[in-house]
Amino acid sequence: MSGHNMKKIYLYSRFERFWHWTQSILIMLLMITGLEVHGVFTLFGFEKAVDLHNTLGISWLVLFVFIIFWLLTTGEWKQYIPTSKKLFDVAMYYASGIFKGEEHPVHKSKDAKHNPLQRLVYLGLSAILLPLQMVTGLLYWTYNDWAAYGLDFLSLNVVANVHMACAYALLAFLVVHIYMTTTGHNITAHIAAMFSGWEEVPEDYKAEEWEVHEK
Amino acid sequence: MRLMRNSVLLLLAVVFLGASAFAAGDTAPGREMARQATKGKELWITADHSKFDALKQPFKSGPEVTKACLTCHTEAGHQFHKTIHWTWLDPKAEKELKVGKGGLVVNNFCINIQSNEPRCTSCHAGYGWKNKDFDFSSQEKIDCLVCHEQTGTYKKFPAGAGNPAPPPGKKFKGNGKFYAAPEWNKVAQSVGRPTRKNCGTCHFYGGGGDGVKHGDLDSSMLKPAKTLDVHMGMDGQNFACTRCHSTVKHDIAGRIYSTPAATERKSLLEDDLGSKIMCESCHSARPHKSELGMKLNDHTDKLACQSCHIPTFARELPTKMWWDWSAAGKKKDGKPYVEKGEWGKPVYMTKKGDMRWEKNVVPEYYWFNGTIDTITAQTTIDPTKPVQVSKAVGSIEDKNSRIMPFKVHRGMTPYDKVNKNIVIPHLFGKDKDAYWKGYNWENAVAYGMKYAGLPFSGEVGFVETEYVYPTTHMVAPKENAVACEECHSKQGRLDKMTCFYMPGRDASAIVDAGGWFVVLASVVGVILHALGRIFIKGRKED
Repeated sequence: MSGHNMKKIYLYSRFERFWHWTQSILIMLLMITGLEVHGVFTLFGFEKAVDLHNTLGISWLVLFVFIIFWLLTTGEWKQYIPTSKKLFDVAMYYASGIFKGEEHPVHKSKDAKHNPLQRLVYLGLSAILLPLQMVTGLLYWTYNDWAAYGLDFLSLNVVANVHMACAYALLAFLVVHIYMTTTGHNITAHIAAMFSGWEEVPEDYKAEEWEVHEK
Repeated sequence: MRLMRNSVLLLLAVVFLGASAFAAGDTAPGREMARQATKGKELWITADHSKFDALKQPFKSGPEVTKACLTCHTEAGHQFHKTIHWTWLDPKAEKELKVGKGGLVVNNFCINIQSNEPRCTSCHAGYGWKNKDFDFSSQEKIDCLVCHEQTGTYKKFPAGAGNPAPPPGKKFKGNGKFYAAPEWNKVAQSVGRPTRKNCGTCHFYGGGGDGVKHGDLDSSMLKPAKTLDVHMGMDGQNFACTRCHSTVKHDIAGRIYSTPAATERKSLLEDDLGSKIMCESCHSARPHKSELGMKLNDHTDKLACQSCHIPTFARELPTKMWWDWSAAGKKKDGKPYVEKGEWGKPVYMTKKGDMRWEKNVVPEYYWFNGTIDTITAQTTIDPTKPVQVSKAVGSIEDKNSRIMPFKVHRGMTPYDKVNKNIVIPHLFGKDKDAYWKGYNWENAVAYGMKYAGLPFSGEVGFVETEYVYPTTHMVAPKENAVACEECHSKQGRLDKMTCFYMPGRDASAIVDAGGWFVVLASVVGVILHALGRIFIKGRKED
């Protein structure tokens, strides 16, 4: 990216940064307490871990409702519309181009914050993995009321294992996600942007038409 | 500064002196006499039995006292005759099955009372049940005193068939203790509502010694601290047995063989059912109040309160956990002997074989609906595996079942190798056939089985047996309850109960292995990717 003059654009609004970081803290704490409940290690003690996990889980659910509301009312949900255009290019960039110092095939802009690969991953995350994790978590939590809800056909074994499988998937995502923050034009650029809201992008770059949707 | 220190010292001195004056005053004879003068006998009833003419007769025996009792308590005899304390038979079981310790039920302690009556029936609330001829219709044979006397001096002779020692008293060889003959008038005039001591006289010493049988009932429950039993603790609620084991017409509430203490889980808070004893009767099904308690309350549908609130039993005195009859009969220098182990308890007796005692025992857990299945000497057994002489009834599918803690007493018990049933040995007696005289199993069993009217092939073997006791006393204060991770962990207390998914214990090996593989692959992937970026970029800059 050395061939460009860089400019700073305000990419992430205050609420967006708030929900991102709050959610990240919640998920990491849920991960720690959840793995303890699963018997992987001992930190808080089972009783405290369960209590924390439940409280954190409900907090996350409340936050998630606000996030969805925000996405819908601001039209930001359109940032997550999947596309196959340049998807292969982006994948190829991370597979080889990045080692050769090539330029990223898609740049961030106010109208298109996510590249096609990000769109796909984040959509899958927020539309499938996270809701599934929340639903199974909620079911797990309300185990004793299943009969009253007419949910007796459920098996705790299945619900718990789906919840666990989602947790592993989330943990794997977290590893890659955190690593990917280092692939900006310098190691901390993406993380800094997620704190300040300001991202550095090439001065002359304008999002392509296919990237932008009317909000 | 010095003034302040001095005044503090002065204050301390005054407090100290005052306290010691108090302590001294407590034993001062004047104070003691004043107390005696003002504090009479505390009566909770409207009658003082010491003033009854009927009890001032010159009694010479128990039945005479009973006769006197019945002159006022005209219905007590009929009532008592119907209870298990008299019949020693399960009131709900069919008569022919002879379920009950007075029938053919066997345990893996001294097995059965048939032909051993004089030794066993010292705990019967009656006088003179020494053989099959005992008259169960006689009201005078009821022993009112053992449950109602309050002097604490009344003792039945351990081998007296329910009778106290005759005057002037008698020494019992079994424990070397002297048993005084009762002062009949004194004990008769003392009667009142049964105390822990009355109930404990038999129930703490089941199996012939302190804590032998139950593990959650022994003499430490006479004056327990709150930490031993939160309900009975002298420094706590100080409940007597009768506080929970409420009684209607001499019928005392409790679990009997296949009869649960209560068939329905009901709270006294919701519905007044005084004679049904359960934890829930007072505490309700949602007893935990704190925020964390919400999850604990969710457990009450599947877990008996006892499972968490009785972390261990036999917390102060040891209880017998293993009894191997097959090792009995060994002698030293031609004489029977006793070898004592830890806590001064016998670990070997020529009479009884090997035994093991344990303290602070972690219970075993089973699904339990309040009933226990027992076998009798007529039940056909499978000697190739441990025989469940008694077992908890219940399952995860049964709505009335919950997980309950048990003491399981194991041992090697004599059985008929041909007919495949537990046998009744004639243990006690002065005749040569009695095992404790002749030390010959075949003779003892032949005698016992003939006495009970049962067939015997002549071949005695020994089979491993299990006997279960639901653990329900020695309820610890909540601070000492079983911690969550005692069960919610690998190799926890409920390790053997694999019929359900338990968080913290159970996991799908596939999900876990697959999950960690994906996570690990991600970590390795990003590390390789990062190394690639560093090295390839670095080479380019060269």
